[in-house]
Amino acid sequence: MNIGVLALQGAFIEHIAILTKLGVKTIQVRLPKHLERLDGLIIPGGESTTIGKLAYFSGLMEPLKNFALNKPVWGVCAGMIFMAKNIGSDQPTLNLMDIVVERNAFGRQIDSFVSDIHVSVFSNGCKNPFKAVFIRAPRLIEIKGDARIIAMLPNGEPVAVREGIWMATSFHPELTADNRFHEFFLETVLITSKK
Amino acid sequence: MVSENADLPQNQDGSMTVKRGLAQMLKGGVIMDVVTAEHARIAEEAGAVAVMALERVPADIRAHGGVARMSDPGLIREIMKAVSIPVMAKCRIGHFVEAQILEAIGVDYIDESEVLTPADEANHIYKHNFKVPFVCGCRNLGEALRRIGEGAAMIRTKGEAGTGDVVEAVRHARSVLGEIRKLQVMGEDELMSFAKQIGAPYELVMETRALGKLPVVNFAAGGLATPADAALMMQLGMDGVFVGSGIFKSSIPEKRAKAIVEATTHFNDPDILARVSENLGEPMVGIEVSSLTENQQISTRGW
Repeated sequence: MNIGVLALQGAFIEHIAILTKLGVKTIQVRLPKHLERLDGLIIPGGESTTIGKLAYFSGLMEPLKNFALNKPVWGVCAGMIFMAKNIGSDQPTLNLMDIVVERNAFGRQIDSFVSDIHVSVFSNGCKNPFKAVFIRAPRLIEIKGDARIIAMLPNGEPVAVREGIWMATSFHPELTADNRFHEFFLETVLITSKK
Repeated sequence: MVSENADLPQNQDGSMTVKRGLAQMLKGGVIMDVVTAEHARIAEEAGAVAVMALERVPADIRAHGGVARMSDPGLIREIMKAVSIPVMAKCRIGHFVEAQILEAIGVDYIDESEVLTPADEANHIYKHNFKVPFVCGCRNLGEALRRIGEGAAMIRTKGEAGTGDVVEAVRHARSVLGEIRKLQVMGEDELMSFAKQIGAPYELVMETRALGKLPVVNFAAGGLATPADAALMMQLGMDGVFVGSGIFKSSIPEKRAKAIVEATTHFNDPDILARVSENLGEPMVGIEVSSLTENQQISTRGW
């Protein structure tokens, strides 16, 4: 199994370290040719305006959209913004997931926080909450069409969604030692590649 | 920088994970000095990951002389309103009240910076007391670990700001990274003496040895002026770059800013570096660092 991590800017090394520990081969994606032979892709956290512009400058917009048609993609924080259909501003996005996202909607850095969240797709998700790290995080304003909520803050606010083979989280599983989101994504990749 | 975050000592809400985490999100990016909201918009448009709000870029601080202080909070607020990316601002070394003011405004990172005139000749700010994270400059591993010990959540090389000469940034990067390599092959019985020799907290020396890198993100700064300079620092092993005077003191800032952003991402691809380096106009004029007298050097400030 080959997993790509979009390596234009941001926290891509952290994902690669976790995937390597899980025994998965990883490829840093900076150009369209790096997408060949990948089974899935992670779009890491970083600055969404920067990642969008670099994807555009590097000729990656169409290749990424085509890749996502039949391969699992997981967007983290900036990656969630990059995958959304509606973000209320005109920066470049992949226009994939049927969600409305508002950037920096939890506030500035001094409002960044850590919280336990309940994850419905983990077998032990209710008994064993996931410690989620939110950094200048985007907010899920609306979840439409086939998109489904898979994780919520204690106050019921949605913070992770899934739509078919795509997933997006507004927090950073790569900053904690809990690998359940990475394992869950790899399961999706495995199931998709067998189809 | 993965699982180690889970075990960090966390203070109530300004937890180290989110402080260090923002710096992790800036990696592979370019942080640009800006003096107006218009500059900030140009920087964001070019793909900067953050801007540093200043009244004067280091080249002008150097040229005008006098005491350099924290910028007018009104100017910083204007810049925060103009862009959606993180906004950083500088306070003087040891001036914790300037830092309190910057935290009250809500800046995303504070640079306790040698570019401004130091306010304390013996002590830096105790940064653990703040909810806002700090970045600090260093010339070597001991200085980096002292700053991290005081609570810095991000480190940058000092380089020699406002010169356009990359030589000091290279010296400081090689010094930090070289000392880490040395640390990793030392015997256990040599570590306490090494910590004493470089003036660093022993626990952080041990942590750095185990990680094979600093426990926080480490950017290059001070004298970078071209896309090639940025790629050089990335290839040396830095996590990202600050560009101060190098952009808005050049003849076509928009184009140079975008070129440096692309060069920082594609730092290992000489064909792309060649393409983005074409027709950028005149770089900032610059001053050779070796022509500066000792008291003209900014990087010697800090303790």
